[in-house]
Amino acid sequence: MSRLVFSRKPARFAAARLAGTLMPGRGAAVGPLALEPDETLPLPGADWVRLRPRMSGICGSDLALVDGTASAYFDPLVSYPFTPGHEVVADVEGTDRRVVVVPVLSCITRGISPVCHACEHGHIHLCERVAFGHLEPGLQTGFCADTGGGWGHEMIAHASQLVDVPADMSDEAAVLVEPTACAVHAAQRYTGKETVIIGAGTLGLLTLAAITATRDRERTGPVVVTARYPDQKRLAKELGADVVCSTDELPRWVRSATSSLVFGDQLTCGAPHVIDCVGSSDSLQQALQVVAPGGEVQVVGMPGNVSLELTSLWHRETAIRGCYAYTRPDFDTAIELVRRMDLGRLVSATYPLKDYTDAIAHAAQAGRRGAVKVAFDLRSN
Amino acid sequence: MGRPGFVHEVDRSTPPVLFWRGENFSLERLPAGRSRVIYPPEPLPAIKDIDGAIRHALLHPHDQDPLPALLFPGMKLTIAFDDVSLPLPKMRRPDIRQRVIEAVLDLVAAAGVDDVHIIAALGLHRRMHEYELRHALGDRVYDAFHPRGMLYQHDAEDHDNLEVIGTTDHGEVLEINKRAADSDLVIYVNINSVSMDGGWKSITTGLASYKCLSHHHNGETLQNTKSLMGHREHSALHTSIWRLGKVLRDHGPKLFQIETTLNTDMFPEQYAFINKREWEWTAKDRATYLGVSKGLSLLPVKARRKMFHDIHSPHQMTSVQAGETSAVHELTLAKVFEQQLVPVEGQTDILTLGIPFVSPYNPDSVMNPVLVMCMGLGYLFNMYRNKPLVRKGGVIIMTHPTYRDFNPIHHPSYIDFFEQVLPDTTDPVVMGQKWEKQYAEDEWYRHLYRTGNAYHGVHPFYAWYWGAHGQQHAGKVIIVGGDAPTVRRLGFTPASTLDDAFEIASDVVGRTPTISHLHVPSLLVADVQ
Repeated sequence: MSRLVFSRKPARFAAARLAGTLMPGRGAAVGPLALEPDETLPLPGADWVRLRPRMSGICGSDLALVDGTASAYFDPLVSYPFTPGHEVVADVEGTDRRVVVVPVLSCITRGISPVCHACEHGHIHLCERVAFGHLEPGLQTGFCADTGGGWGHEMIAHASQLVDVPADMSDEAAVLVEPTACAVHAAQRYTGKETVIIGAGTLGLLTLAAITATRDRERTGPVVVTARYPDQKRLAKELGADVVCSTDELPRWVRSATSSLVFGDQLTCGAPHVIDCVGSSDSLQQALQVVAPGGEVQVVGMPGNVSLELTSLWHRETAIRGCYAYTRPDFDTAIELVRRMDLGRLVSATYPLKDYTDAIAHAAQAGRRGAVKVAFDLRSN
Repeated sequence: MGRPGFVHEVDRSTPPVLFWRGENFSLERLPAGRSRVIYPPEPLPAIKDIDGAIRHALLHPHDQDPLPALLFPGMKLTIAFDDVSLPLPKMRRPDIRQRVIEAVLDLVAAAGVDDVHIIAALGLHRRMHEYELRHALGDRVYDAFHPRGMLYQHDAEDHDNLEVIGTTDHGEVLEINKRAADSDLVIYVNINSVSMDGGWKSITTGLASYKCLSHHHNGETLQNTKSLMGHREHSALHTSIWRLGKVLRDHGPKLFQIETTLNTDMFPEQYAFINKREWEWTAKDRATYLGVSKGLSLLPVKARRKMFHDIHSPHQMTSVQAGETSAVHELTLAKVFEQQLVPVEGQTDILTLGIPFVSPYNPDSVMNPVLVMCMGLGYLFNMYRNKPLVRKGGVIIMTHPTYRDFNPIHHPSYIDFFEQVLPDTTDPVVMGQKWEKQYAEDEWYRHLYRTGNAYHGVHPFYAWYWGAHGQQHAGKVIIVGGDAPTVRRLGFTPASTLDDAFEIASDVVGRTPTISHLHVPSLLVADVQ
């Protein structure tokens, strides 16, 4: 039994950053991530249970961490050493329950009472006490020294974090519930008007699926998705995109779809809702280029440090709005969506924990290698 | 007197044959015993006294009074002229349009006519740049008329300045430039590079509105245009245009048509090898070919493109005739065919075409993939009379790099057409029904056409329609040397070499197909018996 542990080792962190910059995903081989024997974590309270992860996905935020490119913003929100992995499907030790984990560590998991205003209203993703309480700091399970994470054979979770997996749902499908919940959350701002989704990685495709599930194609504006690789393009079409194009082509598609004129590189009209599932300077700049005056750019992909020319935002009164995580009910919707749209097919490859460098390299180059979601399979030792 | 056109049966002693490949060339060996190369006639002798011939034509028109008799003080006169789409490459100064218009203006001035407008008959082509107008008309005409707003370019989207002349018995509405429609006399100055141009097509397309053009510039009509360059009665396009011409004649302004023909001396001395038959190449020609082709291959494509577009062609006028449109055009066609017609016996399984750097729709611009299709299947395939050089269901092989490259100033809607329409359909009729309206009504394209130098929004459709008959006729189209994804987007098959192309074609035409190679340049019309 083993687990992957991410430790605070500045020299290795720098090495990971260099390696990850040269070749995405290569930070795993030289950085502060290491395979170690499992250790039994103490339960912080009576409502906590032990989990035996079955599968755990590799997310974009994990990759940023492993390659040393994650923002320093997270430093106070992480406690070392920790085991990554927040897209988890697991067995509850001592029961026959199979669950997915809601990884957000909100007031209730931290033993904070009374809970904060946000948690009181169910907005656990906006918890105002995220680094406090009886747990070490941790944005989520998978970033907290006290909870462990899905990249190990044992972790702990609060009862409020558990969502039962239907018996007929495969582990491959269940491991997509957490990212799908993010997508469900993002799709709640869908307006029915022209919508652009930038990026067709896991989050882009799942957000598209969540929008498709709620939309009446006859009565709503086109959904335009940018995709880079052939498999992404195919999947985007299958999941309901009206137009799938490259990033180069996007401004022309949006211009055409919205009867826009052009000044410089800027469209005069544009799409009222642009969902950026990449989070880079380029993608955000392009989002501002194609968003309508008064429209909204929703940042679903984790951005980090970016550089943006914001004059158009000021001039056109557009908004950039973050979109982080989910609420607990989003998981119920996500389970239904994963089942209805057969989203388990997006799990392209699984690896045993010992092959973590290969797994992370694969995940970092998922699009180019024709993959979407890469996950660890922990069902055997 | 130049030698007539010639069909060379390829044997083992035949040297490799020149193929255009966009902004370069290649020499290709064709299979002996079953291939033929169709060479154009050599250039006809030019008229020696060009200004004299023009003046004679104006004073001795056909089925029409001499021009001076049609001019009177106080009249409203419009002179329209063919745009930059021809001749190709552009001719050395002075351009023949300048010489004709200067001669006309001498008579106009002598008659005391003051209200004279000169209009570039663009149709839906792009507006000419100032340097192009100066090249076509000369500085004297440009400086005298343009600053006073009396030299301008037709605008098919300026609805306040369009006028309906009438409707044909087929319901086709003739709507043309209002200034021309309201004139006491319209003089049209034409250059007839190919036999499909001129006649009633000059005004009914060059000065027409989109609505008017859409009656015949569509997928169905072009699919039924079985002889674009040959017999007019087999061309649904020309049949429609001639119906519109009748409306123009009966209900429109008085017309005075001036048509000119050029010989096919298309390239200057440093490119002499292009115009020659390969077995007649001298050592100097071979050395020039090697130097040019190797040199070109070392240059970036932009530099090559500039080099070719900077060529000023030596071609010269071989005839000028004026008067009543139909009478004039018959004489013009006879002269065009005298220069271009080559008798050819029967069809073959394969037609090979070298696609050059330029088509009528990219002077000083990029030969984008849509124009490659248009040039191959729309123009070169159609350079026949009676029947196509390739049999129905045969294979057309073109050589061109077919890069995914567009000029965003000249061809903005072409980019969208390539990205939006072609992935959806390559069927001219389907795309017309499904997509053309959106492009026709797009405000941005309209703006760029009217105020910039962009082809009209629907122009890529028209370029595609031009190849509709060739597309329908061919069993397979292969492009040698093209960017593979781009070629596939066009609905064609990519091949690396000509031999590979023959191998691919064997699925359709077997392993020992007969082959025709249309040797361009220069221009020729194969009279296929």
